[in-house]
Amino acid sequence: MKRPRVNLGNWLILLGLLIAVSASFSYLNLDLAALLQGDSPTQMARFAQGFLPPDLSAPLLQQVARGALETLAMSAIGTLLAALLGLLLALPAAGRFGGLAQSLTRFILNALRAIPELVWAALMVLAAGLGPNAGTLALALHTTGVLGRLFAEALENTPAEPAEALRLSGSSRLTAFCYGTLPGVWPQLLAYGLYRWENNIRMASVLGFVGAGGLGQMLYVSLSLFQQAQAATVILAMLILVLGVDVLSNWARQRWVQVH
Amino acid sequence: MLKPAQRRDPAALPRLLLTLLALALLWPGLQLSELNLAVLVAPDNLRNMGQFVGGFWPPAHDRDFLELLAQATLQTLAIATAGMALAWLLAMPLALLASRALSISALARGGKPAWWAQALRWPVRGLLIVLRSVPEIVWALLFVRAVGLGPTAGVLAIAITYAGMLGKVYAEIFESVDLRPTRALLLAGSPRLAAFAYGLLPNAAGEMLSYSVYRWECAIRASVVMGFVGAGGLGQQIDLSLRMFAGAEVASMLLTFLLLVLLADSLSRWLRGRLT
Repeated sequence: MKRPRVNLGNWLILLGLLIAVSASFSYLNLDLAALLQGDSPTQMARFAQGFLPPDLSAPLLQQVARGALETLAMSAIGTLLAALLGLLLALPAAGRFGGLAQSLTRFILNALRAIPELVWAALMVLAAGLGPNAGTLALALHTTGVLGRLFAEALENTPAEPAEALRLSGSSRLTAFCYGTLPGVWPQLLAYGLYRWENNIRMASVLGFVGAGGLGQMLYVSLSLFQQAQAATVILAMLILVLGVDVLSNWARQRWVQVH
Repeated sequence: MLKPAQRRDPAALPRLLLTLLALALLWPGLQLSELNLAVLVAPDNLRNMGQFVGGFWPPAHDRDFLELLAQATLQTLAIATAGMALAWLLAMPLALLASRALSISALARGGKPAWWAQALRWPVRGLLIVLRSVPEIVWALLFVRAVGLGPTAGVLAIAITYAGMLGKVYAEIFESVDLRPTRALLLAGSPRLAAFAYGLLPNAAGEMLSYSVYRWECAIRASVVMGFVGAGGLGQQIDLSLRMFAGAEVASMLLTFLLLVLLADSLSRWLRGRLT
């Protein structure tokens, strides 16, 4: 019987993995055993007990509902701004205004996309002050990078003939774009926009940790004031928001997106 | 040639009405999000931001700072790696409990477990859903309050969130591979863990590893972001420098972050290419 061939490369990868994991634990000086010894388990249990039961009084629920609406509004307006700006940048990024403009806008889009939303939010809180305005702007900036690139790809892949035919029969560039190109790519742009909106709802609920409004800010404040019961309510609201968006988008996808 | 009367857009009226409807729906949203672009171009803010962004070039590169930067970067990498290791330890037993692949009652019923067996799996699945549905940065914030500032909170947050994700995906991978070897072993009377190790794991290992590597890459990005609530690593340093308006430091840390993400991306692509 032939013995199975031993792949040396795979063993080396496994060894590297083990070394990386043990090096990480020793570099961080993680003492996980200490978390389970002495009085730290009782302390943690006391901290966790503070969250139960969640505070379900009417005024707090009203505040949380307002926070949830604020989160939804931040994500919706942020995504919409990003879609407008993204479309504007996607035109040069798809190579419609020459090579120089193309590489320049691509660089801008990559830079916008590479910086996470939360870092943008921290920057925007400095630039525009605390509150949902900063969160909306942060979401808009990051999402512009993402949507701009997706839109540019969609524009590149759409057939150019309808717009060319309109141009040849004498319509202006803008009209040719609106009536020749846009109807073809519109459903795809909408799908990308909705997909990013879904992501942004999740993101908007945590941007408040750096002071950018919404449910996150409520959670941060109530934890800072050691109001664990209130914090539990906010976390529950976040959970409901995230799961609700998940269920809704799954349902909508199955209902409306045909599998080709 | 079109006659002038036909040159109007026939769909103009519905489009106009749709736009008006969208605007009416957006109005409360605009109120709630307090959108105000004018703040950005207010002279005071413009001057401050100009100073801050003007400090970006050249990025900070003195010796002490570079040492701090290297330490923070290593810490971020270590948080992601240690967190993933713990997540894997948590996810494996949870995935085995949640998956239908090793069900004994399913053997005689054409792959469908008995109702009581499914009912026993639901609590585990619910636990996995809760673990991964609370965003990792919320876990990080909670752990910062529970165990104090520093990397421990980040490691625990990644371990918990990613255990939820890995557990769910592993359970699905177990169910999606060819189950005939496992069933044969179970029917021949082997214990479930042996059936898993010799029947299921050889088929599923490649996909599991490649998903784990992809998640490790996500964990690096997440650990940077979690630093903003005090969970250590590069993110915490970026937050500190931002608060001190130190543009040069922020610039070199953002560059380091981009480089780190790029490297992790190519490493993970190479590993995944090898594994599948």
